[in-house]
Amino acid sequence: MSIRMPTIGALVASLVLVLGFSAPARADHKPASSIPAQALIEPADFAASLAASAQPKPLILQVGFRKAYTQAHIPGSEYVGAASDDEGLAALRQRVAQLPKDSAIVIYCGCCPWRKCPNIAAAYDALQALGFKNVKVMHIVEDFGTDWADKGFPTKSDL
Amino acid sequence: MGNSRLAICVAFLLLGGAAGAVAPGDPAPDFTLTDLTGKNLHLADYRGKLVLLNFWASWCGPCLEEMPRFAAWQRQYGASGLQVIGVSMDDGDAPVRRLLAKRPVPYPIVLGDARLGERYGGILGLPQTFLIDRNGRVFARYKSEVDLAQMERVIASRLAPPP
Repeated sequence: MSIRMPTIGALVASLVLVLGFSAPARADHKPASSIPAQALIEPADFAASLAASAQPKPLILQVGFRKAYTQAHIPGSEYVGAASDDEGLAALRQRVAQLPKDSAIVIYCGCCPWRKCPNIAAAYDALQALGFKNVKVMHIVEDFGTDWADKGFPTKSDL
Repeated sequence: MGNSRLAICVAFLLLGGAAGAVAPGDPAPDFTLTDLTGKNLHLADYRGKLVLLNFWASWCGPCLEEMPRFAAWQRQYGASGLQVIGVSMDDGDAPVRRLLAKRPVPYPIVLGDARLGERYGGILGLPQTFLIDRNGRVFARYKSEVDLAQMERVIASRLAPPP
């Protein structure tokens, strides 16, 4: 039995594919897993808290991509920009600049699967660095559509 | 692929996802968008081909992991009737152009918008991919990270001539 050896060209092409494509565009982003568990809130729990009219509502900020926010977002939430880029982080800092440090803030993204989200940990870290101590992060495992909208939790569209 | 991810994939293949989503058998919402070379791309012009319509973005890691596979499929199955179309959901074309300059793909890329996303049932997370048959009807929708080997089997079986 003979074993067919790959050509050098095929090996080089495979390497190009692996090295050139497999890394995310922002491979240096901090993973969402760095956010402490006690800061997380599950979508169902957050939806229930929003439905409880007696409770004061936190400031809800979406830190993902605008085209998703425009299609559907949590009613009352504000878009501040993708926290993976400097512009988005600056907008986040500006939005909270005048707030007391004990303000209740909930941030969410859901642009893509949790473990590969480029935005959420950057946003959480920025708020921590500014001294905000009452920040919750919605734990969106797959994406906003799957874990929020498809479950029937309330959404609002800007279209 | 974990069971939960497989379940999501199968659910969308069978049911087409949540209410309001584009379901299998539905006509793919038509659109005309400008590609990165300035040319209009009209989805209906691809009738007769099996279209893989991929919503992605330059900042989306899972999207970038899929793109070389889609590029390879375009080369491998293009002559058999596969046409991959990429719809970027980036906020502008600059990051898309930068990415494609480094990682070109052999299929057209257009810039999508929120209204197109809504017409496809809500593109509220990336990546998302629709398979559209030669008659312009959606027959599968894949959300998030999926089993690309399974997707390829589905495509290959649809492209194969009837026995």
